[in-house]
Order: sequence, then C-alpha cells, then structure tokens
Amino acid sequence: MEVAQQELQAPETKKATREISGSEAVLDAFLAEGVDTIFGYPGGAIMPIYDALYDYNDKLNHVLVRHEQGGIHAGQGYARTSGKVGVVFATSGPGATNLVTGLADAQIDSTPLVCVTGQVFAHLLGTDAFQETDVINITTPVTKWNYQVTDANEIPEVLAKAFYIARSGRPGPVLIDITKNAQIQKFNYEGYVPCNHIRSYRPKPIVRNQYIEQAAELINQAKKPFVLWGQGVILGSAEQEFKAFIEKAGIPSAWTILGAGAIPTDHELNVGMLGMHGNYGPNVLTNECDVLIAIGMRFDDRVTGRLDKYAKQAQVIHLDIDPAEIDKNVKTTVPVWGDCKETLPLLTALVEEKQHTEWLAKFKEFTRQEVEQVIHNELNPTTPEMTMGEAIRVLNELTDGEAVIVTDVGQHQMVACRYAKLNKTRSNVTSGGLGTMGFALPAAIGAKFGAQDRPVVAIIGDGGFQMTLQELGTIMQTGIDVKIIILNNNFLGMVRQWQELFNERRYSFVDIQSPDFVRVASGYGISGKSISDRSELKGALQEMLEHKGSFLLEIMVTKENNVFPMVPQGCSVAEIRLK
Amino acid sequence: MSTQDIEKQEFNITVYTENQIGLLSRIAIIFTRRKINIDSLNTSPSEIESIHRFNIVINETEDVVRKLCRQIEKQVEVLKVYYHTNADVIWQELALYKVSTNVIAEQVSVERLLRENGARAVVIRKDYTVFETTGHREETDALIKILQPFGLIEFVRSARVAIIKDSEGFNSKLREFERREPGEDVIENEYLNQGQKVFTM
Repeated sequence: MEVAQQELQAPETKKATREISGSEAVLDAFLAEGVDTIFGYPGGAIMPIYDALYDYNDKLNHVLVRHEQGGIHAGQGYARTSGKVGVVFATSGPGATNLVTGLADAQIDSTPLVCVTGQVFAHLLGTDAFQETDVINITTPVTKWNYQVTDANEIPEVLAKAFYIARSGRPGPVLIDITKNAQIQKFNYEGYVPCNHIRSYRPKPIVRNQYIEQAAELINQAKKPFVLWGQGVILGSAEQEFKAFIEKAGIPSAWTILGAGAIPTDHELNVGMLGMHGNYGPNVLTNECDVLIAIGMRFDDRVTGRLDKYAKQAQVIHLDIDPAEIDKNVKTTVPVWGDCKETLPLLTALVEEKQHTEWLAKFKEFTRQEVEQVIHNELNPTTPEMTMGEAIRVLNELTDGEAVIVTDVGQHQMVACRYAKLNKTRSNVTSGGLGTMGFALPAAIGAKFGAQDRPVVAIIGDGGFQMTLQELGTIMQTGIDVKIIILNNNFLGMVRQWQELFNERRYSFVDIQSPDFVRVASGYGISGKSISDRSELKGALQEMLEHKGSFLLEIMVTKENNVFPMVPQGCSVAEIRLK
Repeated sequence: MSTQDIEKQEFNITVYTENQIGLLSRIAIIFTRRKINIDSLNTSPSEIESIHRFNIVINETEDVVRKLCRQIEKQVEVLKVYYHTNADVIWQELALYKVSTNVIAEQVSVERLLRENGARAVVIRKDYTVFETTGHREETDALIKILQPFGLIEFVRSARVAIIKDSEGFNSKLREFERREPGEDVIENEYLNQGQKVFTM
C-alpha cells in the first residue's frame, strides 16, 4: 500500500552538477520528499548535519526533544496522524541505542520512519572509538531496512531508497547510519531522484482474481460472516473501500486496537474491539461465525487467545499485503494477498448485497449483557472514587469524538481504547504490538505536529508518564498544544490486576509513588490541575480542553479497579470473563 | 496438518539475494530469533553475476520452514527463497582429514582406503597427509570412523552446496524482477503451486 504518498517534488535533473556536502544532500533529500518536521537531538557524530540544518531552518522544522526515545516516539505519533513518513535524527552511540525501543515499536506496528544517525569517522569503525556502537547490527532485527553510508556520493540514492522502503508495502522503520566523514565530504550532486523500484523488493503482491472470486463465494454463502479489521485498513488509506465492503455485505465488524477509528465508533456494523480486553460479543462470536474475514490484521496473540481453540469452526479469508502474515498464526482457507485498497473494491463488486439481521442482533445482545454487567458500572460508577471509564465518558461528551486520542500502555490504555469515541480515522495513536510504556507523551507531541488542526489528548497512567516525562520540556520549548490526562490509580495497574487475579494478590513492586504532577508541569510552565472528586470532573476536563496551549490534568481514580472483560492468558476467546 | 508438517526433517533453503553487507546477519537472525540452529550455511555466487546465493540447512518441520522462508523473502535485498527436502536436491559436502603420514603408511592400505571411500590425497608430507572426500554426510562421516583409530589429527567439513533438481535457473526469474510491474510468475505461492512436483513458495 502506498502510504499517503508524499508529494515528491524532485528538482529537475540539472545538467550542471554542483558541489555540496553529504549533510546538505541529506537535507535536500528531505525537502524533495516533502518532509516538514524532524524530531531530533544533536551530538558529536551528527554535528555536520546539524550545522547544515542551521541554513535550512526556514524550510525544515526541527523539534528538539529531551531524549532520543522521545524523538522517535514523536516521529511515530507524527507518522500515525499525518500518514507521512516520520523523520528522526540522533547521534552515534548512546543517541542511536536510545532509538531502539522506538524502532522496535515502529517495526511491530508498521509505522513508516526514516531515522538518520551519525556515526564515527569511517576510519574509526570497529576500533571502539568514542561514542561508536555497531548501530547497524543492533537495529537489524527492529528495522525494515538499514544501511551504513561511508561515502557522501551514496547519500541521495540511499535516502531515496529509505523513504521508498519506509512508506511502501507494509510500512516500517528504516535507519540510515552516516559516518561523520561522509557528512562533511563534498561531492558532485546531480539532484535528487526519488526511488520507485528496487529489483529485489516487492512492496505488494499482485492481486489474484481467483482468490477474490473464491473469497466472494465464501462470503455469499455465509450465514454468520464476521469481519476483523486492523491497522492495514488505515495504513492503506482504504477506510472508504472498507466501509463500502462491509455495508454492502452487511457484515458485523470488529477491530484490533490499531484498527480503531477506521470507521466511526457508532457505525451500525462496528461491533467493538477484539482481544484480551475487547468486547464480549466479538470475542465469543469469533468461535461461532462461519466465515471469518480478516482485513489488514495479523492475528496477534492478544487478539486470538489460545490458538488451537480459535475460530476452528470457521472458514478463514485473510486479506493482507504481507505474504509472511498469511498462515503465520491462523490457517487460512482463502488468502487474498495484496493491498486492501485494491482488493476490497474487487471483493465488494462480487459480494451480494445482504443484511445479516439476526446475526447482527446476536452481537447487540452480547453488547446489552456487557453494558449491564460491566460497562454501565464502569462509565457511571456509584463508588466514592472515580473510575477511568467515567473520565473517558465525560471526555467523549466534550470532544464528541473529534479528538486524536494518544494512549500509553496499561489499564488506562485498554479503558481508553474500549470507550473513547472516534469519529475519524487516524484518531487513535497507541503502542499496540510492543506495549511501550512511556510512548504516549512524546507520541502526542508528534501527533499534534502531524495533525495541527485537531485537538490531541494524551491519556497516560501514572507509571508510563514517569518514563518519558522529560518531554514536557519539548512541549515547553515548542509551545505545542497537547492536552495531557494522567489517570492516576497510584499503582502499576495492569500488573497489579494480574497479581490480584493470578498471583493471589501478592502485590510485588506495583505500588508506585508519584511526584506532584501538577507542580512538575508547572516547573515546565505548563498549566495543570489535579482532581479527585467526581463533581469536578466535567469542569476540569472542559477547562483543559478550552485552555490555550498545553494543559495537564491529573485525575485520581480508584486504586484497585480491574479491566473487564478479560480473556485470561492461555484461554480461548470464548472463555472471556465479565468479572 | 499432514504428518509431513509435524515431523522434523532436513530442509535445504536456497536464497537468491543482492550482494549486500549485513544481509547475512539479517537472514541469520530470522533463525536465531526462533532458537533454530543452522546446521550448515554457505554463501556463493550464483549463475548470474551480482546475484548471490545462500544455501542453508536446518532440521525443522515443513510448517516452520515455510514461515521462515516467507520472513526471509520479506527482506528488502532478498529476491527469492526456495525450500526443498534432501530428495529434491543434489547436494555435496567436502571434508578434509589430516593424519600422521608415518602411522597411515605403516598401518593402513592407503590405496584401498582411498578407493573404497572415494577419497584422494591432497598433500603428502613427511609428517602428515591430508585426505579429501566429497559426498553426503554419511560418506564423509564414514571416513572419520576409519581414520579415527589411526590418530586423526584434524577434521573439517564444509557447508553444504545443493543444486535444485527441478530448477530451470534464475535467469528468467531475474528478468521479471527487473521489470517495474511484477509478472505473474514472480509471486509464487503454495496455493498456486499445488500439484507441482517441486514445492516453491
């Protein structure tokens, strides 16, 4: 899938070459690729690039982060809301190793990134030079592609490849390591030529009509078809094609955490979230449907639960751009290889117009039970203390689903993803596959740079916030408008929940203490407020949303609340527990 | 799953790649990540200039091998991956054996030893002799057993090289790769190849 192709404004190939430095070639490539924002942190080995950047300041917005991990998460947030490639700078050694968590996160969540790291002089490679680390080998398992440049002449072509690989096919992170001599070296620059073909690389498999036909036949015969969709729909910009497909075939559809928002939360056929803390109906009925149609998702273990008891009764149709995903976890009856932006319209043309009224009603019945036993109490609690769910409910009332919701990892993430109302695609930014605590604050900064006309609300736990809170400094310096909600239960809540349920309440190192978050924010010049009483909730959220500029709202919530429903590890999705 | 899927056996994985630094490690970690030991790994040029060829041997189930091959083929610089059982390939390994010339000359009928094992002497010096043999694992193993009692000083065996019996070579395939729009036969897969003699993915 071409990820929202960035405008390629390649300068016309000039006959006369001009002499420029490797560093200038890097920045020139960025301009040609339509890059507007770079998240980075300077250091010794990347100084020549930063020196060149000094002269590009009017064309490229460089955001100085407080830690390279913050830089790469910001790049991820930017890519997720804008659909463009996120660009990150870091220096050699510790600068580069600090990117690793973000690279792993972007790799598993298919986020397009181009990271440029400085490296020691080529003649020092392998000598344990100051701030030298073998970045290429460290990052190989967590990048879609990486490459070390030691000669400036390579830079235009390598960067063109980097952007092409990052955004095409199944997107992913690319790291380019450039030795300091190559950054300084002058060479004859012939202009930038964008890359659109690499001999050994097939971004997307070609579409096979026979599979489309077989899939359509299965769907047309199905009595209880069920669609599972993932981020592939969003990465492929195929939201409209997806909506047209499920509406014509009348199929109830559920989402993985990264697929959230591809169609609006309140769409008639949107039956909720899949997986460990997903909704009741989608989990139970996975093991009852007769045809399971997976679109742009990869059957993660958090979605499938126990595999040998997963949808065994169903015929499985799997639409995916990555052939390695087919049959990786769930055996497919019909594999529909290809970009779902292309395959979905072909499939829609062949499926019969239908309504599965009774089948859909079954989902609604499960929803009713879930509301009665879980959701109602979570969103409208009568306990003296507030719940995470009610904070999200009130937030929904105030934003009406128009905000970009950025979440960290843990209980608050599950609650926010379950209950946040999303009207638009690219509204949900979270660390799905890697589960990176500390993701949300920097990602929210990037998300705002990627979608400046939209409100961005970061929802973070008290644990995760303390992992990357230094990025408050980035907010202070850039003046970016990010709303931060800390749902503080004074616990590392998800681990505590597991210790309660599976380790006989042996609470081992989960009672985390927090600083006075409002004062911390105030130290960074960011306004804030802390509330612990329900009567203040709506007013405080309103104040936060209406505040000009960033605002931190700490909401004290009940300490020992559990996220339900839950599919316990090692159980089948049908064994989902409501309490 | 067929029984073939469940039983582990030797598979020969053939990978056609661009010649790129770092690719070896990118391919190796696909195995090590799943804690799979590589029994043998050989890199060599292929019939086409600039295209390299890896021959990798592992002992695994076909189901796992298929998944590994797809993950290898996903790497940017990999053009194509095939996997085959031993029956589908012609394969050879080369082994060298160093023994004391005195011992071997006194105690062994060297001529018979060479003849019966298809071996040849590469070097004969006063102090030691080096034999060489080429063949399947059992054949190179057999000579170790024979020479062991006579004080085998040193032994080494090469990685396996294998030629695919049913392959028509990579030339026509490469032309497809060089086209901007992929042709039909580049994207092979098990669903389309059912019934074909040789399984490619």
